Amino acid sequence: MAVAKIARSPKTVSVRRNTDPLAKKFANTMKIHEYQGKSLFAKYGVAVLNNGVAKTPQEAADAYRLVGGGVTVVKAQIHAGGRGKGSFIEHPDQRGVQLVRSAEEAEQTAKRMLGQTLVTIQTGPQGKTVNQVLVEAGCNIAREFYLGIVLDRAAAKPVLMCSSEGGVEIEKVAAETPEKIFKEHFDPAQGLESFQVRKLCQQLGIEGGAVRAADKFMKQLCRLFVDLDCSLVEVNPLVLTGDGNLIALDSKMTFDDNASFRHQDLAQLRDISEEDESEIRASQTGLSYVKLDGNIGCLVNGAGLAMSTMDIIKLHGGEPANFLDVGGGANTEQVTEAFRIILSDPNVKAVLVNIFGGIMKCTTIAEAIVSAAKTVGFKVPLVVRLEGTEVEEGRKILEGSDVKIISALDLSDAAQKVVAALDT
Amino acid sequence: MSILIDKNTKVICQGITGSVGAFHTRGCLAYGTKMVGGVTPGKGGQTAEGLPVFDTVVEAKEKTGCHATMIFVPPPFAADAILEAIDAELDVVIAITEGIPALDMVRVYDRVRRSKSVLVGPNCPGVITPGQCKIGIMPGYIHQPGKVGIMSRSGTLTYEAVWQTSNLKLGQSTCVGLGGDPIVGTSFIDVFRWFEEDPETEAILMIGEIGGTAEEEAAAFVKEHVTKPVAAFIAGSAAPPGKRMGHAGAIISGGKGTAAEKQAALREAGIEIALSPADMGAAMLRAIQNHGR
Repeated sequence: MAVAKIARSPKTVSVRRNTDPLAKKFANTMKIHEYQGKSLFAKYGVAVLNNGVAKTPQEAADAYRLVGGGVTVVKAQIHAGGRGKGSFIEHPDQRGVQLVRSAEEAEQTAKRMLGQTLVTIQTGPQGKTVNQVLVEAGCNIAREFYLGIVLDRAAAKPVLMCSSEGGVEIEKVAAETPEKIFKEHFDPAQGLESFQVRKLCQQLGIEGGAVRAADKFMKQLCRLFVDLDCSLVEVNPLVLTGDGNLIALDSKMTFDDNASFRHQDLAQLRDISEEDESEIRASQTGLSYVKLDGNIGCLVNGAGLAMSTMDIIKLHGGEPANFLDVGGGANTEQVTEAFRIILSDPNVKAVLVNIFGGIMKCTTIAEAIVSAAKTVGFKVPLVVRLEGTEVEEGRKILEGSDVKIISALDLSDAAQKVVAALDT
Repeated sequence: MSILIDKNTKVICQGITGSVGAFHTRGCLAYGTKMVGGVTPGKGGQTAEGLPVFDTVVEAKEKTGCHATMIFVPPPFAADAILEAIDAELDVVIAITEGIPALDMVRVYDRVRRSKSVLVGPNCPGVITPGQCKIGIMPGYIHQPGKVGIMSRSGTLTYEAVWQTSNLKLGQSTCVGLGGDPIVGTSFIDVFRWFEEDPETEAILMIGEIGGTAEEEAAAFVKEHVTKPVAAFIAGSAAPPGKRMGHAGAIISGGKGTAAEKQAALREAGIEIALSPADMGAAMLRAIQNHGR
């Protein structure tokens, strides 16, 4: 959910925005922090523990006292999982989640986390800077579960999934013991029914008074999923306490970009510092861009073609530096900005332009290439393949310019030429 | 024959007075599609692109006898526009609009499945029967009347496949853009069923993508029910796994969804695989030549 998109007035909402779902598979959908998710949970009556957010060590000490003292947890807030096992570049012995037993200890722990770089299995080796920590009361855990809500494409309905294997990597459970995951689909308008909760409780071995707690917890979480147009709500672990309560110990939420127009209040939960700078620039320009690790920059129209262009580059032994879909409606300025974004990546050693003009005219692309050559400059080889709407006119524009271009006849010719150009 | 649409199909455009709707209505008219009107609430009685504009779909149907609609209504109102077209019992509802909230489509899908209409899309390039009827945003000139039925979840990649089959002189019977959204009205299996029954379609080309299990389900269907030669390409073999889906998505598909797994399932069903997107036309040709051997 991009800020640019939310700020867009209804007038400029075009029918074919550049947010093809294929592209979205690569692009970041809006994620929020654990503490933000828990505050939304609390609003919906989904049980969470007393907690406070701290941006300074002092605030962490204050939060410790506020949540009631005793055994308390300090958790680094970043948009990535695996924090408990992750460690800090600056303090290799410090994990992203730690138990503390005093205000001083909370303060000291926060000091070692705030402003420091946490590396987990999901952050990549460069890690992520921690700007706030969550200080949360401890609790008496009897059992741990996994709970997730997502849209089931095949059933065309949202589905609540639970597993008794909480707190562990759920993909592993799904791959190795799928029979330990229980699912209940629900109608968005009706929500989850009580009998479905009872079914799940029986499968999970939740009994007695805890069934009533589960009824509220699960139904309200499904309600929240629908109300806020989530694409994912995950609680891992969901814990059963010694006194029969169900509590969300973690929260992970992402939202459906397409519904952002009716959830303007959620936009303020976005944390830009968590996102890639080029990706933000691209989304502000209306482009789908995802940075990758290779050295061949790609500029393509249409997400499927963009993805296939990456495929064919790999087939010819190259590595794409990015996924970039300029969409159908982009103008010369937007395409020029696309070139600027691609060329700002120092890894890029060659650029491949692959356009099959439908709505997109080849002339627009040709003009953008000429304009980018003037304003940005191509210091790396440029391979261009044009086909479709106004292709002859587009080729003429390029021939008439003094931009050095390697022309390609078709898709495989383009991929071969761009990979070969890396060695020149 | 052909499927879904032909030279006799009368078409309206919902959202005809918007710039995108107007532009593509002109494109369809230029291709020879029997466009008979448009719908924009509040603008009934006007004309757009030389066609009468109506306030409601049901009125447009009464006055024009239209069979199909092409929807360009902006995302916040698109689900309602689809429901209106279904309520008016149009045969074919083609939703081009991109960006409809997923939960809106849950509601729409439920209604479509209990209706008399076929919904194609949303977020799709549309449907074309070359030389007869184009409903959508695809460039008409790359198509050629012929024998290959094409279906795809992606727009420009479909053009690539069309272009390759045109260059190989295979041509196309009908091309269906299913749309890339998580929930779309028409599945690969629906289109396989229609192509199998259509005498003018002699071979079928399917373009899938990573994620979900639609391609695997289609493979199982082909194995049981399709007698015509089939070729397929799966986009996204180079996609980085870390950038794909959240945990829960992976669970739903039971760990399925990679290009390699999909290719294996398709191959097992006797489908010819294009490993490269440049090989789609050639793979179709191989499937036709190998058929019945």
